[in-house]
Amino acid sequence: MKVKHLFLGAILTIGAVSCSENETNNDESTSSSVKTETREQHGQSGVAAVEGEEANVLQVAMSMDDFATLVVAVKAAGVEDALVNTGPLTVFAPLNTAFDKLPEGTVDDLLKPENKSTLALILVNHVAPSNYPIKQLKKEAKKGRKLYMASGEYLEVENKDGKIFVGGTEILQSVKVSNGWIHVIDDVLVPAEK
Amino acid sequence: MKQEQSSNLLEQEINTQLNIYIMKKVFKSIFATSAIIALFASCGGPSGSNKGALSGNAAEKVYVAPGEHDSHYAFISGGFSGQLSVYGLPSGRLFRVIPVFSQDPEKGYGYNEETKPMLMTSHGFIPWGDSHHPDISQTEGTLDGRWVFINENNTPRIARISLKTFETEEIIEIPNSAGNHSSSYVTENSEYVVAGTRFAIPFPQRDMPINEMKGNFKGALSFLSIDQETGHMDIAWQIKMPGFDYDKCHPGRGASSDWFFFTTYNTEESHTLMEVNASQNDKDFIAAINWKKIEEYVANGGGTKTPAKYAHNNWDDDTHTATTTWENEVLVVDPTEIPGAFYFLPTAKSPHGCDVDPTGEYIVGSGKLAAAMTIHSFSKMIKAIENKSFDGDAYGIPIIQFEAVNYGMLTQPGLGPLHTEFDSRGNAYTTFFISSEVVKWNIKDLKIIDRHPVYYSVGHLMIPGGNSRTPDDKYMVAMNKITKDRYLPTGPEVCQSAQLFDISGEKMELLLDFPTIGEPHYAAGIAADKIEANTTKIYRLADNKHPYAVKSEAETKVVRKGNEVHIYMSMIRSHFSPDNIEGVKVGDKVFFHVTNLEQDYDVPHGISMIGANTSELLIMPGRTSTFTWNPKQVGVWPFYCTDFCSALHQEMQGYVRVSPKGSSVPITYTLDDEVPGTEEEF
Repeated sequence: MKVKHLFLGAILTIGAVSCSENETNNDESTSSSVKTETREQHGQSGVAAVEGEEANVLQVAMSMDDFATLVVAVKAAGVEDALVNTGPLTVFAPLNTAFDKLPEGTVDDLLKPENKSTLALILVNHVAPSNYPIKQLKKEAKKGRKLYMASGEYLEVENKDGKIFVGGTEILQSVKVSNGWIHVIDDVLVPAEK
Repeated sequence: MKQEQSSNLLEQEINTQLNIYIMKKVFKSIFATSAIIALFASCGGPSGSNKGALSGNAAEKVYVAPGEHDSHYAFISGGFSGQLSVYGLPSGRLFRVIPVFSQDPEKGYGYNEETKPMLMTSHGFIPWGDSHHPDISQTEGTLDGRWVFINENNTPRIARISLKTFETEEIIEIPNSAGNHSSSYVTENSEYVVAGTRFAIPFPQRDMPINEMKGNFKGALSFLSIDQETGHMDIAWQIKMPGFDYDKCHPGRGASSDWFFFTTYNTEESHTLMEVNASQNDKDFIAAINWKKIEEYVANGGGTKTPAKYAHNNWDDDTHTATTTWENEVLVVDPTEIPGAFYFLPTAKSPHGCDVDPTGEYIVGSGKLAAAMTIHSFSKMIKAIENKSFDGDAYGIPIIQFEAVNYGMLTQPGLGPLHTEFDSRGNAYTTFFISSEVVKWNIKDLKIIDRHPVYYSVGHLMIPGGNSRTPDDKYMVAMNKITKDRYLPTGPEVCQSAQLFDISGEKMELLLDFPTIGEPHYAAGIAADKIEANTTKIYRLADNKHPYAVKSEAETKVVRKGNEVHIYMSMIRSHFSPDNIEGVKVGDKVFFHVTNLEQDYDVPHGISMIGANTSELLIMPGRTSTFTWNPKQVGVWPFYCTDFCSALHQEMQGYVRVSPKGSSVPITYTLDDEVPGTEEEF
């Protein structure tokens, strides 16, 4: 009973305050209904870039036309927030031409909403959750250490006359990004069927 | 001294009791009235009040949706914690505690080698201070969001904090001062920040009997110039005032902007049992000081250079290092040598707060023990000076006749008035410690408009810009010393608090309670948009001029110099370089100079070394920090990253091998079993 009374008292007080408020402050009283969440919630990929900051994996990929298909796929799979995470991440990024090598219709198929999880698995098969600059990959090749990918697959690293191959495809170029490394490749690394 | 003296203590006591009795009665009747009004208001309107109910919803007014930003910053003093906290308004969310006068393990401040000099004083390294009154820099009487200044009360110092980095950039010690309380307020264009002594002391200090205080002690009021580009402070001059206690101060503004006003108490110059002996005079003074005249006097060669040893500590954002410079003299100014620059305005009984309204015309003295608050008029003061309406002098400083300067008294406003801030609509808001309330009153007609209880025993209050020419009228924060039953209890020591009010209407509306760190002594508030866009996000590695910085892993190394071992270490997701170090010996002094190579917003790393006196150094992107370690035991000892920096944070670790004293194990350092910088390049 005591609690109820207190509560009632509180309501009356609020009512009273609000009425007097109403008289003196019309601007406020005409404001709209109670707001709950006014801001559209975004993931980390929606955080604005900071001046002087290095670009992250996603920002670099999005800035280059050669990765247009990859970016479309990343968005369709909904993994863009993971690519701006603090990581560290090493991303083997297939060029548009890599996707073109897939059987006709494959990309369109993968972009369908019902295939979202398959597409996501293929994409994370290109991501190693650690820092692997080229010199590190050379060491991995020398020591016969495999790369553990975010898909759960292990990819072999080979050094063929100074050229580094991962999962059988050659690394064409490397870019240091704020949250790791991007290595450019010209094949899609499709995970083995299980 | 021509002060009336109340000779009868008993009579005083009776007066005080009477006031309390009167106030109680007033409270009762006011309470009854407001209850009736409330009933009317809630039941009266035929049109109902759905909108009203919403507009009165305090929860709605302080609700900042997830991901939304607050509209204002509040910089709330940490009092005896020695720090300055940063809250958002209206949510009351705590964002950061800025370490200023005390060591802070969370930031490594005062622990790492780079920041230790910030806490150096002529009394040595002082790890813990007492912060009081933050004040934000101004341009043309409006808060400009460049710096916030705050005073240390105990070992007199003024600090300047950058509102770009939210870090303490400068601390200057104030010599000849004790209890640096009437500080740290800035003039209208941030020409000066002021530091007035609370306690009168021998000036300069000397060995003398305490009971010979009267006439021999002095009160130093220091004006520190501010470099408009860098913010660097220098003691421009010190005024050698009579030996009263100088409690609070405020600059004039507009017409009175050449003046600074200081409240005084203990004009009795008593040295013991002050609660009685400093309360004898019926009136003490507000000292009105024309600083422009002093500036002119000094520019013409006035003042006496006097020896004084004090520390001047500066932080350098390029070297990421603080240095202490020892200053050895101050320019001392004798008030009797500058006619027209110093006056005393009689003010009722031991005034504490000294507040000037936004127009600069009204000077409010809050007599802690007085039944009425004293409001002086600046224009009357100028006339009185012209007409020489004086009532004698104190130590050569003219005392203006009370009637000649007084605008009026706010009678029976409450009990224990302390501080007043202002809105832009001609209203003043005063805190009352004893009667635990904030009272809103009209400055011109000296009428009380509203009073609201606070919980409990309020000290300062803050309206963003409320001590400037342009107050921001939406919010007022009352800061309470006592909370008793307001929060979940936490043993005998409970939090102090802030209470947020909406002051946009006729009546003050209590919106929110929130706990504070330490004592929320005073605060400064400012619209977020004056600061938000200018904040620093990362330190550029390219600009890092720390002598032990490394710009890449290839530069990392370990160097022995006698029994000192310097480790030039880097950190990046997710490893240290080097991460295996050998050749360290028991008895060595090992310096870890650690650079965070990240250039990515909000990716700090930390480092801890087993047995080191620092648990963690949190290092921001692009910054270098140093800690020392004195290995005492033979073995292989790990270090690790203390901040969850990345998915492989737990892997961010390394080892140092410690060999016995006299061992011949050479210094070696590796990462992945290779010396950094010697790997085969791709």
